[in-house]
Amino acid sequence: MTTVVALPVIVPLLAGAVSLALWQSRMAQRVIGVIGTLALMWVSVDLLLATWREGILVMHMGGWQAPFGIVLVSDMLGAIMVVLTAIIGLPVAIYSLSGVSARHEHFGYYPLMHLLLAGVNGAFLTGDIFNLYVWFEVMLVASFALLILGGERAQMEGAIKYVTLNLLSSVLLLSGIGLLYGLTGTLNMADLAVKLRDVEDPGIITVIAMLFMVSFGIKAAAFPFFFWLPASYHTPLVAVSALFAGLLTKVGVYALFRAFSLIFDQDVGYTHTLLLWMAGLTMLTGVLGAAAQFEMRRILSFHIISQIGYMILGLALFTPLAIVGGVFYIMHHIIVKANLFLVSGVVHRLKGTHELKQLGGLYRTHPWLGVLFMVPALSLAGMPPLSGFFAKFILIRAGVEVQSWWIVGVALLVGLLTLYSMIKIWAEVFWKAQPENTDVKAVAAPVQGGGLWLMVVPIAGLALLTLFIGLYGQPIYLLAERAAMEMLDPSLYIEAVLGGQGS
Amino acid sequence: METLMAFAVGGLYAAAIYMMLRRSIVKLVIGLILLSNAANLLIFTAAGMDRGLPPLVPEGALVPDGPVADPLAQALILTAIVIGFGVLAFAVVLIHRAYEVVGADDMDQMKDTDT
Repeated sequence: MTTVVALPVIVPLLAGAVSLALWQSRMAQRVIGVIGTLALMWVSVDLLLATWREGILVMHMGGWQAPFGIVLVSDMLGAIMVVLTAIIGLPVAIYSLSGVSARHEHFGYYPLMHLLLAGVNGAFLTGDIFNLYVWFEVMLVASFALLILGGERAQMEGAIKYVTLNLLSSVLLLSGIGLLYGLTGTLNMADLAVKLRDVEDPGIITVIAMLFMVSFGIKAAAFPFFFWLPASYHTPLVAVSALFAGLLTKVGVYALFRAFSLIFDQDVGYTHTLLLWMAGLTMLTGVLGAAAQFEMRRILSFHIISQIGYMILGLALFTPLAIVGGVFYIMHHIIVKANLFLVSGVVHRLKGTHELKQLGGLYRTHPWLGVLFMVPALSLAGMPPLSGFFAKFILIRAGVEVQSWWIVGVALLVGLLTLYSMIKIWAEVFWKAQPENTDVKAVAAPVQGGGLWLMVVPIAGLALLTLFIGLYGQPIYLLAERAAMEMLDPSLYIEAVLGGQGS
Repeated sequence: METLMAFAVGGLYAAAIYMMLRRSIVKLVIGLILLSNAANLLIFTAAGMDRGLPPLVPEGALVPDGPVADPLAQALILTAIVIGFGVLAFAVVLIHRAYEVVGADDMDQMKDTDT
């Protein structure tokens, strides 16, 4: 039974369609929001377990055999990413029950959320490069609409930059796909990997690889293509920010991992050295950008960028341990980053602002929120025993093993500066006394029906998950190790897609 | 023919980038339109241009006799056109709303969210 591969795409699409049909009923949309993401969690975990048991699963859409038909492929990396999507989707859906106002729900928040999840999962599972482009667009269209939900000035300004640069990235991807098709006459990723070995002129492949690197680099917000991210991520609803922060850039990182392990592994010396520089500069610029900011969500946005650098570092070193570290880092980062954005939403609900200068004294009034912030914040900075420590530890150890000392130095320094940023938020928001001479609007946040606990439960759940990965990381490490093993040996993937009997 | 198309594609890309670098958001969208068309033409050209070879299988046969034009590239372009159309429709509405909210069509007036 390989239909299990398609379910993580079908379930959110179905949930989105049903909640679109029930446009009039807010209550029904909210219920479907939770049920849909819960079902998504179920099928995703099911897919991960099946992939763990049986190896790479392949589903030939419409019964057309690869390489002629479109395939959905669930290897370990894809399955892990799908589960992570569900791990973010469910808490955000619960959080939205209280964190998204009735006005925004009327604009179609829930159907768009499901559509976004479907697009993300489609991108993770597809084994066809043109299909990847299509899923990117599905995801982007949903994200465009979510980004401007509410129609405020800052959202419009952020959206113009976001839309422009993401469209540019899509067009570059499309151009790369076109050239690749002209060169090999195939779109199936496994078939591409085989056919590219026989191309005489390695120069043209490197050119196409650069197109892909720039395109996915824009999507992943890597240096020097990240400018759209800090301009837009602090403008939408907090629930949307969390969803974006957790998933969207990671789709770009996933695409980089996939393309530069499976398809473009001809000239590793060139492409991966470039990726290494990209990783180092991404880390540095992101963390320095964050140091200059005094608005909670802007700081967190810049930290997305610096963390993306660590993941690309895992890919760039291209040793087994480094890839394990990169995959582990993605798992840790998605959970932690979405959680931090959710915490910022609770802060906004309580105080009506994200400006550090106007915040303060939250530890006195809400000590539990301080603890819930500290867990992901310290994890992001890489303090033991939280998940971030092991993620950074594996990567740095991989860097030491290949003796690229400067990147190890950068990674350590950026870890330290991340700690500085997190302590800055902690000191300003929670520790210092509430400044008196500022005119804090008395809770201007959109409060509706559901209580604060609906926002806190998902945060606590994600914080527990962070702790769990930190304290009991062995099974997570095994998953990452398996994913790395499959990535470094593309013949497994190729064998599964082209050699299999199909469904 | 390929050479001619290559120049056309290159010209379109150049024009698109030039338009996108202008300050007016209307010109920005025009740039995006040109850009997506340039990509479509690129696929069309890269996939090979064969003239007068319809990909038809004669009745009773399983494979076409002789070389045929590649129909898949057309399918790709068609998909890309549809997606591009939807996204550009969104972009046009977006700049209209942005113009209403901001009161200017100048990118330099829209820097509140940067840093």
